[in-house]
Amino acid sequence: MTVALAIPCFIDAFFPEVGIATLELLERLGVDVVYPQGQTCCGQPMANNGCQSAAAGVEAHFVDLFGDFDAVVMPSGSCVHHLREHLDAVPQTDRVRHLRAHTYELVEYLHDVLKVSDFPWAEFPHKVGLHNSCGTLRSLRTASMSELGETPFSKPMDLLRGVRGIAFVTPARPDECCGFGGTFSVAEDAVSGRMGLDKVRDHEQAGAEYIVSADTSCLMHQQGCAKRAGVPLRFIHIAQILNGARA
Amino acid sequence: MSASAGDKSKPVDHAGAAAAFVADTPHLAFHDRRLWELRQKRDGQMHVLPEWQALRSLASAIKEHTLSRLADYLEQFEAQVTARGVTVHWARDAEEHNAIVLRIMRDHKAKTIAKSKSMLTEECEMVPYLARHGITTTETDLGERIQQLDGEAPSHIVVPSVHKLREDVARVFARTIGGDPNNADPHALAEHARVTTRPLMLDADIGMTGANFLVAETGAVVVCTNEGNADLSANLPKVHIVSAGIEKLVPRQADLGVFVRLLSRSALGSPITQYTSHFRGPRVGAEMHIILVDNGRSQRLGEDDFWTSLKCIRCGACMNTCPVYRRSGGLSYGAVYSGPIGAIINPSYDPVRYSTLPFASTLNGSCTNVCPVKINIHDQLYKWRRVIAERGLLPKNKSLSLRIAGHVLASPRLYRLATGAARLAVRYLPRALLYSKLNSWGRDREVPAAPQESFAAWAARNRPAKKP
Ligand code: SF4
Repeated sequence: MTVALAIPCFIDAFFPEVGIATLELLERLGVDVVYPQGQTCCGQPMANNGCQSAAAGVEAHFVDLFGDFDAVVMPSGSCVHHLREHLDAVPQTDRVRHLRAHTYELVEYLHDVLKVSDFPWAEFPHKVGLHNSCGTLRSLRTASMSELGETPFSKPMDLLRGVRGIAFVTPARPDECCGFGGTFSVAEDAVSGRMGLDKVRDHEQAGAEYIVSADTSCLMHQQGCAKRAGVPLRFIHIAQILNGARA
Repeated sequence: MSASAGDKSKPVDHAGAAAAFVADTPHLAFHDRRLWELRQKRDGQMHVLPEWQALRSLASAIKEHTLSRLADYLEQFEAQVTARGVTVHWARDAEEHNAIVLRIMRDHKAKTIAKSKSMLTEECEMVPYLARHGITTTETDLGERIQQLDGEAPSHIVVPSVHKLREDVARVFARTIGGDPNNADPHALAEHARVTTRPLMLDADIGMTGANFLVAETGAVVVCTNEGNADLSANLPKVHIVSAGIEKLVPRQADLGVFVRLLSRSALGSPITQYTSHFRGPRVGAEMHIILVDNGRSQRLGEDDFWTSLKCIRCGACMNTCPVYRRSGGLSYGAVYSGPIGAIINPSYDPVRYSTLPFASTLNGSCTNVCPVKINIHDQLYKWRRVIAERGLLPKNKSLSLRIAGHVLASPRLYRLATGAARLAVRYLPRALLYSKLNSWGRDREVPAAPQESFAAWAARNRPAKKP
């Protein structure tokens, strides 16, 4: 079984270390993983703005690259949410349906498919606050949400518990959206920026040194807000911690 | 709609109004905290009811059933109330609604109305219409009264003046009904409002209320309030007019329990409203009229993607939980209905003017999951975006940049050029240029540092290609 690694555009261009950590981690865990060259984007930015016609070419390219793999893994909840729920600017062929059903967000893949719980090579002696993106929380359902009052569960937390030395802090509003929201972040920059600021301050007040997340887009936004306001937090993708990053 | 200040032919500038709201830190902080408190109280109520999710499912199913047989239930309701001497009026739209009210007023040579909270009368812009015909309407709900005195639309469907601090209220009162602008003691303010409003209620020719529920089986109009003002409005004057949207129906008295258990818990986090009043007919020697209003509802009922928004029981929970609403204030939506529910129902009234509202969201989905009648609000926001783009209603620069992005991202070569250029820009552009007015990302946050190479370049060097 060959697994294709899909790397979202913003990770490719600005956070290659997240892609590298994801790839190395999957290799460490014995996955036969390939990175198809020529990747661009999943089409989400266009589709989320209602522009199906602009999304169609991008989605078709994604399907071309990934349609024949047994599974596709992506270190990005919001992209996987798009692929699974909304990849419909292209005709729904068998190939597209297969792709939509076999695309996994990294945490899901580790937790549900590989069922890993131990990362003996990983040690992260820091206090971290976990940020679940809205896509992972309320769509992919990798953690329980406070709105439903359900029995608490958290797949990312299950994984992180397998890391030595890590300590968790709980912010006052753990499920509150951080305000990134794709193009929302520029179209509604004032509200978006304020949400980001409130988010990083909440984690800071809870005593976090790091915010960890399965979504780099949220982290990029939060990092930008924290830096602007002088909030001394650091940001790291969950793949990096699980792959053994120490800081 | 009365809330919509400014040029009505232009799309609402939600982002601009929200930016002004964000800039006012004390109001922003209070608004966010107060509404989040309501969300937490709602959570507390949910946790003590193990059957919470079952109640939501039931409420949703009852509403969907009712909407699927709406005409039948409306007729059943009409027959029930007519038999008890209530006059039923049917209004196709806002104009008909207002004309009916005016006719009833004229029939009674009436000049004044005491009115309890009703979003529908806001929707119909009834108060300004009646004012043009010499009729004075007094809002009897405290929050609505504050908004009325201030000449502002309600900013929230349950707590209409939640965007005001008590100091603001003291100033509004001092300006309009007298009082000390510096005494912001809530009890003193409430008492002052009561003392000045009560005579207007006692003297009113006609009383008006909205309706939270209409029970088809019994012909009961059910009104839920915390101040008891609906009961005064309905019972003091000789004539009681009820304005109700046709979607307010529930089939049976027994169904009501499901909704009454959910409504106040979702809205304010209290188990029940102080008053749940059932009006079933006129008092002896008095008159009761019910105006059943369509105003776009039957059209929406025919829309596959959007008809379930008619399940809404106007609890406001989606607004309280919405991180964008909490930080932009209800008035920024420029519409009678604000927040997530407003963003999915306003566009069907006026797709041009409200074309911006479905974009005033991060699509985080919290609204959908608190909604007591399980409306898939964030899915409908997403679907509205498609409708708006398909009708060519996106701002020109946005649709152009999305088309360009779609073109670039469909081509690996153009993509490499563009992302390479972006990395270079971040690395080498002087700060003044990088954070110019053109970069709205940079108004509120720093841009990420640019790495030396992309992941794709790293992978090309370190992981030679394999085929599946
Ligand atoms: S959409 Fe749902 S949560 Fe929002 S006001 Fe209506 S019933 Fe309440």
